[in-house]
Amino acid sequence: MNTPVRPGHIYLYKRYERFWHWSQAALIIFMLITGFEVHGSYENFGFRRAVEYHTLAAWTLLTLWAFTIFWQFTTGEWRQYIPTYKKVGAMVHYYAYGIFTGAPHPFQKTARKKHNPLQRLAYLALLSLVSPIIWGSGLFYLFYAYWKDFGIDRWLTLEAVALTHTAGAFMMLVFFIAHVYLTTTGHTPLAHIKTMITGWEEEETQH
Amino acid sequence: MKLKRIMIAAGLLAALCAPAAQATPTLGDKLPARKSTADHGKFKELQRDFKSGPEVTKACLECHNDAAEQVMHTKHWTWEVVDPKSGRKLGKKNIINNFCTSTISNEKDCMACHAGYGWQDKSFDFAKQENVDCLICHDGTGTYRKLPGDAGHPIYERKEFPHGSGKLVEATDLKKVAQNVALPSRANCGSCHFFGAGGDGTKHGDLDSSLRNPAKYLDVHMDAKGLDFTCVSCHKTSAHQVAGSRYDLSAARTGPARPRGKADDNPASCQSCHGDKPHKESLLHAERLNAHTETLACQTCHIPEYARNGIGTEQSWDWSTATKMGPDGKPLFVKDSAGRRAFDSKKGDFAWDSWLIPEYRWFNGKLSYKTVGDTIDPARTVEINHPEGGPREPGARIWPFKVHRGKQAYDPEHKYLLVAHTAGEDHAALWHNFDWPKAIEAGMRTAGLPWSGKYGFVATEMSWPITHMVAPKSEAVGCAQCHGAESRLKGVAGVWLPGLHKNDWLDLAGWSAALLALLGVLIHGSVRICVLCRKTRKAS
Repeated sequence: MNTPVRPGHIYLYKRYERFWHWSQAALIIFMLITGFEVHGSYENFGFRRAVEYHTLAAWTLLTLWAFTIFWQFTTGEWRQYIPTYKKVGAMVHYYAYGIFTGAPHPFQKTARKKHNPLQRLAYLALLSLVSPIIWGSGLFYLFYAYWKDFGIDRWLTLEAVALTHTAGAFMMLVFFIAHVYLTTTGHTPLAHIKTMITGWEEEETQH
Repeated sequence: MKLKRIMIAAGLLAALCAPAAQATPTLGDKLPARKSTADHGKFKELQRDFKSGPEVTKACLECHNDAAEQVMHTKHWTWEVVDPKSGRKLGKKNIINNFCTSTISNEKDCMACHAGYGWQDKSFDFAKQENVDCLICHDGTGTYRKLPGDAGHPIYERKEFPHGSGKLVEATDLKKVAQNVALPSRANCGSCHFFGAGGDGTKHGDLDSSLRNPAKYLDVHMDAKGLDFTCVSCHKTSAHQVAGSRYDLSAARTGPARPRGKADDNPASCQSCHGDKPHKESLLHAERLNAHTETLACQTCHIPEYARNGIGTEQSWDWSTATKMGPDGKPLFVKDSAGRRAFDSKKGDFAWDSWLIPEYRWFNGKLSYKTVGDTIDPARTVEINHPEGGPREPGARIWPFKVHRGKQAYDPEHKYLLVAHTAGEDHAALWHNFDWPKAIEAGMRTAGLPWSGKYGFVATEMSWPITHMVAPKSEAVGCAQCHGAESRLKGVAGVWLPGLHKNDWLDLAGWSAALLALLGVLIHGSVRICVLCRKTRKAS
């Protein structure tokens, strides 16, 4: 598909990317809700339903990821997650100070580099730390019934797995809060959200 | 003419209908009323009047010549079980229970439930075949009754019962009972097992007279309109040996279902028919329920409550208030709001309840018992019996129990529970004379144990594994009943339950981090808004 053209805008997020992002967002929110119910934080669906929905959402998300990994590699988009330390300092300075004084954003988004250096680091941490914690513990948790067949019950306890999974969930919750807030830091509070829906980012003009 | 035609038509119609009606008999019409291949009413040995139980037994043994010998090898006859693990002698003859306490010196009453005739003291002849009572298990009429006080004999002549009540009970027609023997029904087994400890539902909590004709919700297997299992459908009996006993319980049978009749197996366990992986589960459940069978007994989920009826079951029996008289100095009997005994000057205080959630304990099938003369620690609640087994023990599962609590008389010097002579019409009997020292003296003398002359009361408890009143699967205990803050398994060691168990430090750290993140973005956002407002004001 040819990249469409629109003057004053850049096409940042392709259709699949947007589909992936929003369905993943919905699934993660749903899994936080059902997961903390299983954890015993509150009662909503009831324990049994919460477990069933949580499991169903997990399988759905895994399927989504299977397609997404394929997409990342066929499109070469995986390069967006290669970390860089360039301008990291400038980004920190911007969020801590510049943003209040109306300083220009130190990073100019392009279709080839759609994440600022801090974003890259955050997403990489999510991928390489939080994800393995959640999915590793989650799959052990899900397949607890089969531990005995593989002798896993001799060296692993459900408590350890459940606590690891909970720790991962808290990390995801913190990420979620920060992520949602940072969507408001565009040139208008809803600019980033709009981009994520339409795919088009208005090219930054100097105020 | 017209009338004649009508009559012919009617006749034809009748002729057509009649064979049609005969041609489609229901199956029930063709089946004999009884299941047995023998009509005992036609046997000349039974066509006579019987003066006593032993006379009937003699007649039975003329054909069933090995039956008495077989019965004599069962607990129903000996009331004694040798525990294969400890070698200790258990059984009703030796153990103490938390209700009427001990059979010793009280045989005349207790033996109303003995499968025999005449056991009233140590002199009972356990080798005399005619002493075996066939009818208590094989009465097909529902009229055979044995009353406390008669040492296991049925009612030979009309008499007043209970003593002093003014109510009359008729003599049992032994000829009719003998001619109508049958395989044991639920009512036969129930005539003793529903009424343990002297009243309907008193002892077990999962066995009472409501199981004579239960509805499906009460017991999915015994459902009178459905599967209609009798007791021996599960407690499969061979040569009068009844399978499945509290003294030898399969607490954690594993493996697939096995055909009935295998000698090496306990056919009375759930798994003997259902196997140990009985739940069909979707991928979404990933064998989660079947994994629960590694930890829980089937009964733990499938008997959500016991005593699920208005009969209820006794929760406690406090002997320490026995012999207390009413304001007029006469024995007092008080009923609770449901008409069950609440206080009896003979016996003390009682508490009853229905629809009870069991208490859950690890159990490997072995109950260790306090027998007469065992040392106790009066400073602590005495466990009359103790369910053995613990977490991660291969043969143990978490089981549901009725825990019956109470207070019993004990000897503060010898530190053991006392045997009291309770039943009887003699001057030493507690229920006749209301004199503890006399009753204890007589009981201990019969038991052959020394008594210091002092007595006190100690807190006791007895655990009864719950295994009957299996509910339909739709009524099974739901996940949240255990996986939640108000978990049924709260306090049971060795299990970690999602929804109940947490690590407080992890929760504190996690929620603090989330809260800090939220505060951080709120502050950051507020500062941005303030700066923006000031800028807009300056610009204007």
